[in-house]
Amino acid sequence: MRTTTLENAVALIPDGASLMIGGFMGIGTPERLMDELVRQGKRDLTVIANDTAIPGRGIGKLISAKLVRKVIASHIGLNPETQQKMLAGEMEVELVPQGTLIERIRAGGYGLGGVLTSTGVGTIVEEGKRKIEIDGREYLLELPLRADFALVESFLADYLGNVTYVLTARNFNPVMAMAAQTVIVYAEHVVPVGMISPDHVGTPAALVDYLVVSS
Amino acid sequence: MTMDAQTIIAKRIALELREGMLVNLGIGIPTLVANYVPEGMHIFFQSENGLIGTGPIPEPAMVQPRLTDAAGRPVSALPGAAAFDSAMSFGLIRGGHVDVTVLGGLQVDEMGKLANWMIPGKMVPGMGGAMDLVSGAKRVVVAMQHSAKGKSKIVKRCTLPLTSVRAVDLIVTELAVIALADGKLTLVETAPNVTVQQVLELTDADLAVPSQVPQMQIH
Repeated sequence: MRTTTLENAVALIPDGASLMIGGFMGIGTPERLMDELVRQGKRDLTVIANDTAIPGRGIGKLISAKLVRKVIASHIGLNPETQQKMLAGEMEVELVPQGTLIERIRAGGYGLGGVLTSTGVGTIVEEGKRKIEIDGREYLLELPLRADFALVESFLADYLGNVTYVLTARNFNPVMAMAAQTVIVYAEHVVPVGMISPDHVGTPAALVDYLVVSS
Repeated sequence: MTMDAQTIIAKRIALELREGMLVNLGIGIPTLVANYVPEGMHIFFQSENGLIGTGPIPEPAMVQPRLTDAAGRPVSALPGAAAFDSAMSFGLIRGGHVDVTVLGGLQVDEMGKLANWMIPGKMVPGMGGAMDLVSGAKRVVVAMQHSAKGKSKIVKRCTLPLTSVRAVDLIVTELAVIALADGKLTLVETAPNVTVQQVLELTDADLAVPSQVPQMQIH
């Protein structure tokens, strides 16, 4: 784990990279990392996230700045720009049920070959997927997701990189921190090692590659 | 006293809640149900972005930016609330731990199948948590207006993409309560000042009508 600056952390991300970005309607999204992605003008990104927030907030900033080639998300309804770009064919959008999305990410991070879920059976979500029957019930085989980078927001971390989350800002963050090649955490507050009780660590420091501290 | 459609629906659905239930309320009319929980009854309200114990909207000065509902609006956490990640949140939903889910609807058909997440070519917001909720909750209650633009939303066959093949259990509109009984939509209550005949005329789907159809007990 290394602490680094906002600028250097984002400079690690090449054009065309796949990013898992924590957050739910922008809450728990590392906002300063979004600003810096826009400032550095990244291109052709694939974004895996619950949603694309709203224009001017969180991932919405990446959409407005045309940094994104493809989105994998469960909900884009509150961002009209994402919907317009999808309907106009300017951006690819894969919609995934929220519980399936988080489990595909979890499978990617936990070394599983996929997950079986009954969510989506008999709907357009099942198109092109293998169906498996277990004890008389049908399930879809949903495949794991991984990404080049996970961009994680933490309320409080320590200088070793142990991360805590608060309230509904937790959401996708700890699961994504397991499923990416490189994990970049933006922490609002940082405290000396030992101040966070082992019981309260949401993501262990061993998983964190870069820590960006709020200035 | 006349009640608006949303109030009728929310008050009636509140009567479905029981002490200690874990309940998920969707965005829109379903959210209003929380306003009509009987005093003294404790309900665990889940917000799928990672909270059980969702409380009222706080005063502006008390807003905690990392505490919102599933629409991203500030909420409060009641004493005894619990926060968790999205994997657990959907484990609660998919795993059958949620007693009641209340969702909005675009169409419900005679088989009790719900369509509530897209209008192809027009409105493609994504399903969010709706497919998991309908597939996994113990009881699915649809809260919606009876008609949209003069057309019944309770139809013979859904023409919009389905949310799940799992049938819903109860539909509550401003005119009626309709239950799925023995695989058939059945008119179980009418709203105050609404007749059985009026409900049947305003409903495309065929409804079974028992000999006695009581009125909703809402005040």
